[in-house]
Amino acid sequence: MNDTASVTRPEASPRQQPALLPPVDVVEDPNGITLYADLPGVPREKLSLHVEGETLTIEGEMHLDTPEAMEASHVEVSLPRYRRVFSLSKELDSAKVSAELAHGVLKLRIPKAEHAQPRRIEVRVS
Amino acid sequence: MLYRTLFPRDMFADLDRLQRELQQAFDLSPGIRGLPRGGYPAMNVGGTAKSVEIYAFAPGIDPATLDVQIEKGVLTLAGERKPDTAGKDEKASVHLDERFAGRFRRVVNLPDDVDADAVQAKYRDGVVHISIPRKQAAQARRISIQ
Repeated sequence: MNDTASVTRPEASPRQQPALLPPVDVVEDPNGITLYADLPGVPREKLSLHVEGETLTIEGEMHLDTPEAMEASHVEVSLPRYRRVFSLSKELDSAKVSAELAHGVLKLRIPKAEHAQPRRIEVRVS
Repeated sequence: MLYRTLFPRDMFADLDRLQRELQQAFDLSPGIRGLPRGGYPAMNVGGTAKSVEIYAFAPGIDPATLDVQIEKGVLTLAGERKPDTAGKDEKASVHLDERFAGRFRRVVNLPDDVDADAVQAKYRDGVVHISIPRKQAAQARRISIQ
């Protein structure tokens, strides 16, 4: 669990609305980090991604078309909102984040800054 | 549970949540096939006077591979979710791996009065919405006396 991220986060709104913690996968390769997050029910216009300093916030609001008079009889997804906060590290280039949302899965690509890209150092035999 | 609740760091809110979760755990009366909490896909079920509505939170699935069946009042939702992270690059390292991958199957007991021939299923933003209308029940009719 990455709860420390939310504890140390500067309080933007004094009383945040409760939200679900979406499951994520994070994969790192030599050129950057790819993050996948499950956000079922969130349309593209209700998804918000924020990078502030070294903090990445993923927030999304669900939009389900429920009939007006519906009464829930069994509920496993109990809140209409997702939120998860991550701390980025210095070598990541937060200005070049790209994001895709398809079938309720968010794919975030955060490349590493140029100076942090791996370099191969030639060894010369003299 | 698949989607945990993240509350502000407030002791009273945490206690509230604990109380609610305990209540939910004991108020729930599952059918004979069970409705386990926290499987994939997570499901919400609701109803109106005219229909039964089922929402399955199944992100990242090709809708063509989803198998939805109704047989003798039991609805089955089955499919497979391919992993996004596995074996793409040898140099890649996985830091977090929380999302479900693999075959899944969930089963729901339906009420007796649904019309299984008129099911509608939609997949949008990773949510399967199955709507099953209820049969026109033998409604109480007023009989005029001549």
